[in-house]
Amino acid sequence: MTVSILSRRRFLIGTAAGAGGFSLGFHLPFAAQAQERNAILPEVNAWVLIHPDDTVVVRIARSEMGQGTLTGLAQLVAEELACDWSKVTTEYPTPGESLRRNRIWGNFSTGGSRGIRESHEYVRQGGATAREMLVAAAATLWKVPVQECSAANSVITHNPSGQTVTYGAVASLAAHMQPPANVPLKDPKDWKIAGKPLPRLDTRDKLTGKQVYGVDLQLPGMLNASIKACPVFGGKVASFDAAAVSGMPGVRKVVQVDETAVAVVADTWWQAHSALNALPIVWDEGPNTNVTSETIAAMLREGLDAEEAVVGTAIGDVRAALAESAKVVTATYSFPYQAHATMEPMNATARYTTDKCEVWVPTQNGETSLVATAEASGLPMEQCEVYKLHLGGGFGRRGAYQEYVRQAVRLAKEFSGTPVKLIWSREEDMLHGAYHPVTQCRLRAAIDKQGNVSALHMRISGQSILWSLRAEVRETGRDPAVFQGLNDGGAEGAFGYTIPNLLIDHAMRNPPIPPGFWRGVNLNQNALYVECFMDELAHEAGIDPLEFRRKLLVNHPNHLAVLDAVAERIGWEKPAGNGIHRGLAQIMGFGSYVAAAAEVSVTDGQLKIHRIVAATDPGHIVNPSQTERQVEGSFVYGLSACLYGECTINGGRVEQENFDTYEVMRMDQMPAVESILMPSGNFWGGVGEPTIAVAGPAVLNAVFAATGKRIRQLPLKNNSLGV
Amino acid sequence: MARLTINGRTREIEVDPETPLLWVLREQAGLTGTKFGCGVAQCGACTVLIDGVATRSCTMPASAIAQDQQIVTIEGLSEDGSHPVQQAWLALDVPQCGYCQAGMIMAAAALLNSTPTPSDDDISAEITNICRCGTYNRVRAAIKLAAETMSTSQKG
Repeated sequence: MTVSILSRRRFLIGTAAGAGGFSLGFHLPFAAQAQERNAILPEVNAWVLIHPDDTVVVRIARSEMGQGTLTGLAQLVAEELACDWSKVTTEYPTPGESLRRNRIWGNFSTGGSRGIRESHEYVRQGGATAREMLVAAAATLWKVPVQECSAANSVITHNPSGQTVTYGAVASLAAHMQPPANVPLKDPKDWKIAGKPLPRLDTRDKLTGKQVYGVDLQLPGMLNASIKACPVFGGKVASFDAAAVSGMPGVRKVVQVDETAVAVVADTWWQAHSALNALPIVWDEGPNTNVTSETIAAMLREGLDAEEAVVGTAIGDVRAALAESAKVVTATYSFPYQAHATMEPMNATARYTTDKCEVWVPTQNGETSLVATAEASGLPMEQCEVYKLHLGGGFGRRGAYQEYVRQAVRLAKEFSGTPVKLIWSREEDMLHGAYHPVTQCRLRAAIDKQGNVSALHMRISGQSILWSLRAEVRETGRDPAVFQGLNDGGAEGAFGYTIPNLLIDHAMRNPPIPPGFWRGVNLNQNALYVECFMDELAHEAGIDPLEFRRKLLVNHPNHLAVLDAVAERIGWEKPAGNGIHRGLAQIMGFGSYVAAAAEVSVTDGQLKIHRIVAATDPGHIVNPSQTERQVEGSFVYGLSACLYGECTINGGRVEQENFDTYEVMRMDQMPAVESILMPSGNFWGGVGEPTIAVAGPAVLNAVFAATGKRIRQLPLKNNSLGV
Repeated sequence: MARLTINGRTREIEVDPETPLLWVLREQAGLTGTKFGCGVAQCGACTVLIDGVATRSCTMPASAIAQDQQIVTIEGLSEDGSHPVQQAWLALDVPQCGYCQAGMIMAAAALLNSTPTPSDDDISAEITNICRCGTYNRVRAAIKLAAETMSTSQKG
C-alpha cells in the first residue's frame, strides 16, 4: 500500500529547489528556518534532496573534471540511503551557500586525489542519516515501531504487515524527524551500489555537445574578453596603444587588468582576441630576462652538493656507511618544467554590481574561487557567489591558482551589471602556467657483493610548490611535500625499501618560474628517481630487478603485493617476445600502493611502448570501471611527461606556446594498458594521481633493458631516441 | 556576412567572413558543442564534418566554405545521440572530462564514412586528436564497436 501524506500540510515545507520538492534540512523558507533548524540537524542531511516522484538529488561539493568523483560520491551516498540508483541525479551546492551554512558541505577542494578518500565517511553518514529519517517518518505515519520497518531501493516496508511507501511520499515528513547520531555505516562487503562498475552519471551530455563547460557559458548581454600578461615572469605592462584597436569591430574597451596584463573586451571572443593580437603593447620585462633553462639547471646543480639541506628522512649514519663501502653507485637525474595543458583553456565569467559579484567558473575548488572573487571585487565574501561549471580538465591547475577569476572580476567591474566572459588563448595558458616544478636528484648507494644496500643518500635539489604558497614554508625553508612517497612510514606515502642507513634531504632552490600542483605532484619525479636508481643498483649487483626489489620490500607487504602482481601478469619469469624488453616500478603515494610493468622495443633507434600492466591498491574502490579508466589515463599523462613534456625557459619566459611545440601523447603512441585492481581494505587511498608516477620509470627501465643506456635527464625525446 | 549550411539548415550569419568557422559556430550559431582547444589545428577539439570530411574548424575561415557545403557539428550528428558512434561511446562510457570528445566523435564518424572497417593502423593514422585525460584506448575500442554495429545494421 502506498500512503500519501499530502494531507499533513503542517509538514509540508516549500523549497527553492523545485516545486513540491523537498530538501532534508536545506533551503527552508526564511520564516520557517529558525524554528525548523531546532527540529532537524541540517548539516547531517544536506547531501540529499528527494522529490515527490522519488527522484533523488545528491549534492556533491567536490568538482568533476573527468576523474569520476561526481559518480563515485553519489554512489556512496546512494548506498547508505538505500535508494533506487536509476533515480539519482547530482548537483553542486554553491560555496557561498556553504559559507552561509557554516561550511555544511565541508571541503570543496578537489586535488591530491582526495575527492573520495577524504569525504567518504561524512557523505556516507549523510546518506545513512537521511535513510533513518525516512524510515522514522514512515513508522510515524503508520504508528508502528521503527524497528519493524526497513528500507531498500527507495521503498520503506513495514515488515509485519507488508505495507510499503516510497521515499518521495514521506520525504517531507522525514525532514521533521530527529536525525539520529552516528548511524552505523554498511560494511563494504555488503555494498550494492558503491563498489560496483556503474556507468558514469555524466556521460550522455558529453556525447551530444550539451555538456556546458566554463567556456560554453552564455548569459544575456554577455561580453567577451581575451587577455595577455607579460610573457616574461616578473614583467609588467609598460604601455599600450588602445586607440590603435578601439575602432575594430565589436571592441568595447581595452583594459589594463592589473600591472602585468592587458585585455580587450568585445562583443564576441574572436573580436576581442583579434583586437588583442593587433594591440601594440610595450612590456617592462623586469628582472628575469637573463633566466634560461641552463641558468636554472646550474642553480639546481649547486644544490646537489650544498652543505645545507632540510632532512626528510634520516636513519642510521649514511655518510659513514658510504665511506666504508667497497662499492658506491652514484647517479644524477633531472625532471623539467611541465605545463598542465588542460584541453579547456583557463576561463571565468563574472558579473559585478556595487552590491554583488557573481562568478561562473570551472574550478577545482569553489571556495578558493569565492575568496578570489571577494578579493578582486572588493566586496565582502557574503556578497559574492560562485557557480561551478564542469571542467575540461583540471590536473591541479584550477584549484590553488585563481588568477583568471580575479582577472574576470576586474574586467566585469568595468561593465557594472554586464557579465564578462574571459577566455585565455592556448598561448596564454602555456605561457602562464603553474608549472610542474623542476628538481634534480643525486643518489648515492653502498652495495655489497650479495646485493645488499647498506646505505642510500638521496639529495633532491630544486623547487618547492609550497614555498610559493605558504608563509611558514618561506620562514622555515622546509617543504614536507617535496618528500612525497619518500616518507619514513605514514598513511600517505611511505618509502617501501628497508635500508639500514638512509638519508633523504632537500636543498630548496626556487627559480623565478611559478610552480604548481601538477597531477601526481612531487611523487612523479620522486618515483622516477628512486625506481630508476633501484634498477641501476640491481644491474650493478647483477641481480634481477624484481628479486632485488623484493628483498628490500620485505617489511612492506602492500608495496610488495602490487609489484608482484604486475610482475606475474606481465610474465616476468618467462622470456619476453622477440625484441621486447621489460621494466618495473612501484611506489606508494596519495595513500595508495601502485606498480607498473612495461614492455617496449627499440628498433633502429625508435622506441615503441607495446604493453603496460598496472596494479593499484587504494584500500577501497567505489567504482571499479572508473578506477580502471583513471589508471589507464594515468599512462597518457605520465608518459606524455616522460617522453615529451618540457617547458624550456629562455629570456625569462616559457618557449613553448602551443601543442605544436609542447607535444603530448596521441593515439598512435598509446600502449595497451591492463589494470589490476586489488583493494585490500582497511584504508582509503586516492586513485587519480598515484599511477602517473610509475609510468615513467617502468618505461625508462625497459628502455635500459632494450638499449643498455640509462636515461637520467627527462624528457626522453632529448636523448637521441626516437619517441 | 556569411551564408553557411549548418546541420542541414542554411543560415545567413552576420559576421566578418574571415572569422574561423569554430567561432562562427560557437558565437553566432550558438553551437558550443564544438570546442576551442588550441587555435592552430593541432588538438582537434574543434573537429566538424564538412561534406563528410573531418575538418579542424579553428583555422578554417567562414569565407572558405561554400553555401552548398554541408557543415555538421556534434549537435547535428544525430538528433538524440543515436548515431552509432555516439552509441558506442555510451556503451563503453568513453569520456572522462569530455572536452575533447565531440572532436573525437566527429573524427571517428568521418573515419567510418571513408573506411567502414578501420584497422588499428587506420585508427592511429586518422584519429590524431589530443586527449589529456587519456581515453585513447577506449576511443579505439568504441570506433571498432561502432564499425561492427554499422556493418551489422547495413547487412540487416
